[in-house]
Amino acid sequence: MQPAHIPLLLGAAVLLPLASFFVILVFGPKMGHAGKFAGNVATGAIVGAGLLSFISLFIWLGEHWPEKPHHGGHDEASSGEHGGQHDNGAGEQEKSGEHRAAAKRDRAPLVMNVAFHPGHIDEEPTADEDAAQHATDKDDGEHAHPVYTGDYYLLGQFGRLRVTISYYVDTLTVVMFCMVTLIASCIHFYSTGYMHDELHDFTDHEVHMSDGSHLHRPGRYHRFFQYMSLFCFSMLGLVLAGNIAMVFVFWELVGICSYFLIGFYVERKSASNAANKAFIVNRIGDFGMIIGLMALWTGLGTFSFGDVPRVDPQTGAVVKDDHGKVVLEPGIFSQVRPGKDEHPYGPERAHELIVPDGMVQAAASERVVAIVRDHASLFPDHPEDADAASQAQIEYETRGWRDQGYGYWLLVIAGIGIFCGCVGKSAQFPLHTWLPDALEGPTPVSALVHSATMVAAGVYLVGRFYPVFAPEVLLVIAIVGCITLFMAATIAITATDIKRVLAYSTVSQLGYMMLSLGVGGWAAGLTHLITHAFFKSLLFLCSGSVIHAVHTNELPQMGGLLKKMPYTAITMLIGCLAIAGVGFPMVIFGGHGIGFSGFYSKDAILEQAYSFMQTNNSAWSAIFFCAAAGGAAITSFYMFRLWFLAFVGKPRDHHRYDHAHESPKVMYIPLMILAFFAITVAWQLYDFMPESKRNPANLNLVYLLEQARPAGTEAAAFGKLLTGTWPAEHDSHALAIRLPVTLLATGTWIVGIGLACAFYWLRYLEAEDVRKTFQPIYRFLINKWWFDELYDFIFVRPVHVISRLAAMIDRRYIDGLIDGSARVTRWFSSAFEWVADQTIVDGFVNLLAAWAYALGVSLRQVQTGRIRQYVLFIVVGAIAIFILISFFWSPETPAR
Amino acid sequence: MNLLTDPIGVSHYLAVGAVLFVTGAVCMATKRNALGVLMGIELVLNGANINFVAFGSKLLRSDSFGLDGQLFALFVIVLAAAEAAVALAIALNFYNNHTTIDVDRADDLKG
Repeated sequence: MQPAHIPLLLGAAVLLPLASFFVILVFGPKMGHAGKFAGNVATGAIVGAGLLSFISLFIWLGEHWPEKPHHGGHDEASSGEHGGQHDNGAGEQEKSGEHRAAAKRDRAPLVMNVAFHPGHIDEEPTADEDAAQHATDKDDGEHAHPVYTGDYYLLGQFGRLRVTISYYVDTLTVVMFCMVTLIASCIHFYSTGYMHDELHDFTDHEVHMSDGSHLHRPGRYHRFFQYMSLFCFSMLGLVLAGNIAMVFVFWELVGICSYFLIGFYVERKSASNAANKAFIVNRIGDFGMIIGLMALWTGLGTFSFGDVPRVDPQTGAVVKDDHGKVVLEPGIFSQVRPGKDEHPYGPERAHELIVPDGMVQAAASERVVAIVRDHASLFPDHPEDADAASQAQIEYETRGWRDQGYGYWLLVIAGIGIFCGCVGKSAQFPLHTWLPDALEGPTPVSALVHSATMVAAGVYLVGRFYPVFAPEVLLVIAIVGCITLFMAATIAITATDIKRVLAYSTVSQLGYMMLSLGVGGWAAGLTHLITHAFFKSLLFLCSGSVIHAVHTNELPQMGGLLKKMPYTAITMLIGCLAIAGVGFPMVIFGGHGIGFSGFYSKDAILEQAYSFMQTNNSAWSAIFFCAAAGGAAITSFYMFRLWFLAFVGKPRDHHRYDHAHESPKVMYIPLMILAFFAITVAWQLYDFMPESKRNPANLNLVYLLEQARPAGTEAAAFGKLLTGTWPAEHDSHALAIRLPVTLLATGTWIVGIGLACAFYWLRYLEAEDVRKTFQPIYRFLINKWWFDELYDFIFVRPVHVISRLAAMIDRRYIDGLIDGSARVTRWFSSAFEWVADQTIVDGFVNLLAAWAYALGVSLRQVQTGRIRQYVLFIVVGAIAIFILISFFWSPETPAR
Repeated sequence: MNLLTDPIGVSHYLAVGAVLFVTGAVCMATKRNALGVLMGIELVLNGANINFVAFGSKLLRSDSFGLDGQLFALFVIVLAAAEAAVALAIALNFYNNHTTIDVDRADDLKG
């Protein structure tokens, strides 16, 4: 197995859940009683996909072992490893030969097209040939990240536009695959236990029929797993997609699957409303996304992320240059961040974000038209010369236009548009209201939606499109993320529904990720995406286990469940510790802390926010850091409030308490697996291991993700339309930043957990008193900042008023007009019928009939009945014909 | 062209056929007895037959039709026999109902 096989493996991993979906779709109801076997099919498919994903990861590691991120030219003193070695240091020599060779050959990332050209990799120049030249290229901050991109299948070609099913595989893809399949597998196993109610006829106690009884319906076990399979397929396809068209298709598939699953109990009014809400709110975001995609496509003329071989539109053959090398068509990423050979500002600014030529020319279309017109009038007789000359002139002028700022707005609009889609999917501030309602679906669905699939898609896409985002877009992302994280965290404090607390915590954590991406913390944000997926799915499954046991979502009716369900309680405690970011900073392992997975990712986010604040040194940048730090404290408070209310203290509802029991093994073993990963997934054993090739210490989530870092984003970025600096993410690892931040982060979780202990465990403080003291704030929070009411007031009510007005106008005037015109038409047609039909047409037809009748009557006289007369007629007729022929017909004698 | 001096050819046969035809036609037109009318019909048909055979004969015409004329004559003979059978049956029935075979009395179907 070589890396060329990874796209095939991952493609198979995408198709397995799809196959399971179709099998269940067709045979589902026949699979045993109520489709019992469907669960096994779906689980088998996702476990198979998981195995393929992990095999891909191992193949990947065999070829590209992660290494300490390189930041040539930056001060490396804090790690003490790369100091002063940025020319030709030890770290560089660890790079495998293929890395350097490809880095030289290709424009931005190391791109390998493997699907149709398996021999292509073998043709690469060896490291030795290029080492000499390559040594001079190192100071530009370029470190190639390995990418496999290519097409599975060409759907159609329209001029230069190729619509393909393609892939774009880097470590982000592989890591997302492993995360999604692992979590989805756990959730599938868990669901086979959780959904057992659906195996027989199911009485839904929340649906009241008109006769007062409850709804009684057949179980829908197979349908649940059918949608779960489709959901996994959509998410995996989205992650694998190699072009924006495909991303959009899978994006919508994810949306429709969440719609199906949120509305699984479709007979419940609340569930169907929640499904509609999720779908419609996402449409709003997707509208922006379509605008963004169109802006991108207008400017760039390609759908593809990475560079793909140029194909001749006529012959369909791959174009090769004079040396027999495949000519590459630049993808989106290399157009906005060209490599050193193509960059218009010279090789020293390689991979810096520029406005691509297409966008500049699209924005300066008036000037372009003027040039074309001038040249056409200069060479009226030679249109080809005029074309060539104007093309050359436009290309020459483009650089000047770019310096004047043409097209920059288009780039910003493209970025904001794409982010709009992510706002909808990832439930960010203006469109966050659907996610808390989405818990109307079965709990495993909530776990999947809230961790690995739906909301992860938005953050993933921001991470994927990160190289396209201008600093202004990043600021928008940061602002939205900041508002979201703080708002959702405060709402979660007062929520009493166990799943609602978790839902708002998800919104808040997604806000963290967006904030992190927005202030330049690419790796931090995506690391948090992965770690959050593990502990949030764990928390949701635990809450499902609790709900399964006590049959209520309300925290005030629980309490003391630790004794009844120890496995659930302990695993949930682990989840709470992980999301609170509990860890011990700087104690062991050579000055690096150790803790739960959230400790690493949250610290990284805070570090980046702090670094951003320090660099910009202004009030608005400080808000980001303060919100993030405050949010961290609130997070640990409400998570432990939840845990204490549910698991410790005296049981508040004895009936429910007596009824409670530990969940079956098939449910708590997935919890343990997830708990294990919630602890360990982000562990970094920094300098514990000696430096060597294939250093096991480098095998951690952050370094893996760093391998996929888009070229050019490791450097600091500067806003064009506003003054601001987005510091390089590596700078945030400096000791001067890390020390205060990690201590502060530790402080936040200690404060949060301490407060929660004081309120809900030790009862030093009484929550009731605080509630009474801060009555207005409490009401503000319990009503979720009145967002639903606000939207109701701003959007729903006016729409109702307008539609009622429109209905009134419709009934009064439009209907009147139409009825009137119908009446006039009827009158007219009855008059016209009399004139035209009855008089003219009928008269004509009747006249013909009368004539025919008269003719018949007169011809009757001929039929005398006398045979001899008839014979006479025959004879006379024959003679008459004979005479006529002899007089009037002279046959031309054929020439003999 | 003189029929009396020319050697025997198609024209002579045609003359005989014409005489037969005219005789038959006159017979049909003048007889009131149904059997007489039938006899006239036979004459007309056979007059036509003579024409067919004459035109079809290899001996009389160099560019003959082969056996077409003769075959046609055979068909006409068969047709005449069938027609005679049907017509006689009609005549018998007519006689049974009207005790006469006068064709002038058979005007039930007149317009």
